[in-house]
Amino acid sequence: MAVGKNILRKDGYEKLTGAARYVDDVTLEGMLYGKTIRSRIARGRIKSIAYDAAFDWSQIVIADYRDIPGKNYVALIEDDQPLLAENEIRHYAEPILLIAAANKDLLEAAAHHIHIEYEQWSPVLSIEDALACREIIYGTDNIFKRFLIGRGDVEEGFAQAERIIEGEYRVPHQEQLYIEPQGMIAIPGNEAMTLMGSMQCPYYIHKAIKQLFHLNDEQVVVIQMTTGGGFGGKEEYPSVIAAHAALLAHKAQRPVKLIYDRAEDIAATPKRHPGVIRHRTGVRRDGRMVASEIDLVFDGGAYVTLTPVVLSRGVIHALGPYACDNVRIQARAIATNTPPNGAFRGFGAPQVAFAYEMQMEKIAAELGMDSLELRRINMLREGDTTATGQTLIWSVGSEEVLNEAVERANYQAQRLAFSQSHSSIQTSTTNHVEAHKRRGIGLSFFLHGAGFTGSGEAKMKAQAGIEIMANGHPRVLSGSTEIGQGTRTIFSQIVAEELSLDFSAVEIEEPDTSRVPDSGPTVASRTCMVVGRVVQMAAREVKAKLLHFVAERFAAPEVELREGKFMVAEKALADFQEMACEYVNLFGELRCFAHYASPPEIEWNEETYSGDAYPVYSWGAEVAEVEVDMDTYEVTVVRLTTAQDIGRAIHPLLAAGQIEGGTLQAVGYGLLEELVWDQGRIINNRLTNYIIPTALDAPDMETIIVEKAYPHGPFGAKGVGELPINGAAPAIAAAVFQATGAFLSEIPITPERLQAAIEKVTTDEHR
Amino acid sequence: MSDEKNKSDQQKSGVSRRSFLKASGISLGVPLVVGHRVINVNGQEVKLYGPTKTSITLTINGAKQTVEVEPRVTLLEALRHELDITGAKRVCDRATCGACTMIVGGKAVYSCTVLAIEAQGKPITTVESLMQGEKLHPLQQAFVDNDGQQCGYCTPGFVMACKAFLDKNPSPTPEEVQKGLGGNLCRCGTYMGVRAAVLQAATMHKGGKNHG
Repeated sequence: MAVGKNILRKDGYEKLTGAARYVDDVTLEGMLYGKTIRSRIARGRIKSIAYDAAFDWSQIVIADYRDIPGKNYVALIEDDQPLLAENEIRHYAEPILLIAAANKDLLEAAAHHIHIEYEQWSPVLSIEDALACREIIYGTDNIFKRFLIGRGDVEEGFAQAERIIEGEYRVPHQEQLYIEPQGMIAIPGNEAMTLMGSMQCPYYIHKAIKQLFHLNDEQVVVIQMTTGGGFGGKEEYPSVIAAHAALLAHKAQRPVKLIYDRAEDIAATPKRHPGVIRHRTGVRRDGRMVASEIDLVFDGGAYVTLTPVVLSRGVIHALGPYACDNVRIQARAIATNTPPNGAFRGFGAPQVAFAYEMQMEKIAAELGMDSLELRRINMLREGDTTATGQTLIWSVGSEEVLNEAVERANYQAQRLAFSQSHSSIQTSTTNHVEAHKRRGIGLSFFLHGAGFTGSGEAKMKAQAGIEIMANGHPRVLSGSTEIGQGTRTIFSQIVAEELSLDFSAVEIEEPDTSRVPDSGPTVASRTCMVVGRVVQMAAREVKAKLLHFVAERFAAPEVELREGKFMVAEKALADFQEMACEYVNLFGELRCFAHYASPPEIEWNEETYSGDAYPVYSWGAEVAEVEVDMDTYEVTVVRLTTAQDIGRAIHPLLAAGQIEGGTLQAVGYGLLEELVWDQGRIINNRLTNYIIPTALDAPDMETIIVEKAYPHGPFGAKGVGELPINGAAPAIAAAVFQATGAFLSEIPITPERLQAAIEKVTTDEHR
Repeated sequence: MSDEKNKSDQQKSGVSRRSFLKASGISLGVPLVVGHRVINVNGQEVKLYGPTKTSITLTINGAKQTVEVEPRVTLLEALRHELDITGAKRVCDRATCGACTMIVGGKAVYSCTVLAIEAQGKPITTVESLMQGEKLHPLQQAFVDNDGQQCGYCTPGFVMACKAFLDKNPSPTPEEVQKGLGGNLCRCGTYMGVRAAVLQAATMHKGGKNHG
């Protein structure tokens, strides 16, 4: 048995020895280094571009928008983002020119001899500015996309409500901060272009390059190299870098390597969408939600890019794991003159999760009720219906995760103990030492739809295949990429399990568009659940073909495949490898491809935005215990306990790694990570001043994996990658609320923000 | 500059502007690669390099290697660009993340902020040296066993930082391990696995084996 075992990671050895080659570790003969010249204003127009006459430009390759053979846009959803600015500038660090040279010193020198003059226009830099429409920078109202979803009768619901509770929540940008900066190498050919580099989605790049260079499917080859993390940040943006490198390579007719340094990477590439989310909730005195009205606004930045899809996930997840019969959720994504925001693990869900969980805390506080009890009253269970009208028919681990997290963290006892210790401090106000550090414990409860939203998977029809190699071993053919999350390992386990082989016999083909089919992008927690399922189906087809072959060859009708051997009852006929080789020798090849098909039970209406938004949800609950220093207002997360229902853990150790890693990124989101802006420019674009969690910020973590099998996932597996990033920020904020009495409706909870909130509580109390 | 002023400068710093300019070779027609110049500073001979390329010798993973680099080139860039030793990564380039960690003269250093010329004469150890024949070093094995890596980009630096830590403190407590890992950033969030790996490697160490 391979599934459910902690086998050794396929890519572990080469990563530990330094042998793994990432894009910046490779140098090609005759290769040039490329650089992007970017705007230094947030909004305006290019007046002139001057090149110092004294500089020797003969050694520099320069490309601008006029060098693009195709249309000047990056193919994505709206095709509104130019590859290189022509005249108008819509955000700081927008690409204008590309230069390349044989060495980096020359390249940097050349960059200093280019002078761009601008006419500056008043930029739109916040959600409020965009909605106020003082300046119109997109369409007629600065709105990229709207959604309205709902069910029941909200007015009637509010009429029945005994209390109406309102809250406004703010969430910031967040930088993915993959440790390997973005990078790509373009190699030009005769009517051809090869791209190799750091990426999540080879076929996105394939599509973008074909359009820009008028090339066909075969003429463009995209190869993923070992990739040092993505977290969504290498979903859409690598298409821009690939196209820039390709343009320089096309002009120079030499390979070009384009690697971002950290400062450029943070300044220019997409972030998690910031947002403002308003909740108005009608509840009965017993805590039952009877009406919910939610308004969410995400800042999309200067171009549409993936914003509509992020907003779609946001609106669908906005009510969280709760049932309410009367719901209306309005969602808008607006344009600002800031770099486009894009994919980041969670993709719209962590923003709304902070809001819906803090709203639960607020409701509980106002009703004088325990927030755990409030969650239990309103939580979705199997058979319940979501805001989009989806009835949950399978794999609903909501109660299990909540119970597990609460029990393992000893939540109720701890909460009581902390609350008693706080009241004792308040009664003896003179004891400063006791009051110096306050403890609190908080809870969050959340869900995450796995796979693409709505009809996305049905349209995508992800493909993957298995081929038998000359040595009789299977090789997986899939465009899904390994970015550290374990794609190669779990695919080999799934195939090994289906073909009853040892996992080490399974090889994974490099993601290379000339050799693997389009499995869809490596995003949306879909690699295991969706593509893993397709890989499983392809393996089953291989198995069926070989069983048939062996049955005929041995004239034995009842052949089975067990432990790598073809058996009739207890008699072994031949082993897998031998028969697979024989098949290939006889018929030339054995390759089977499968397509993803949505489960027949799933129905989605794109027009009304209602129905089964996702085939299934993963469920999570998290308990955070914090210590707040009442002198410095620093928050230390002491312990995190998280229980997550992921259907089935194909590889429990890797799954736990995903949960711990996602949780830690969420600790950063909740406590540390904040971009500082000045007129549309990020001024803390370094690892020295954009703070992410270190080993010292990583609390003790306990992870409990709950397995409520999903019948259409491989061996019951659902998505795991994104779910864990939803939970920590609200759990920490809830714990801080208990510890200090300060209700934080905005993250990150920096000492400054916490100080202001605590001082406000003190002022209010003394009024 | 008057001779008098020149003289007083020389007395203050021990290096005259004129001798500096002369030593640094700022003149037309300098060869691309020059050796260091020797100047006299307060009666002592001091080697002066740059700004053009100069030949230096580094002892990397036990082998002496000669490279020609400008004196401003960092140890990280010298290894990555001149010698194709690419295990250590360039990530923040500001001595923050530790992805470039190497062990130089027995100490873990951020090689992005050490000049290559400064590392002359000291043994330089990188992740490439840890394998013992075909076998992983016990610390590397501990990383594999505890899944102390995901994307792998911080890993070579992290492994070297852990090695330097264990070399200094072969039997650390879990608290010491947590503190000892504070200099390396991992965004995948593998700190739990790394912690476990270091403790495992330490336990094996206690068993009396010599892991170099």
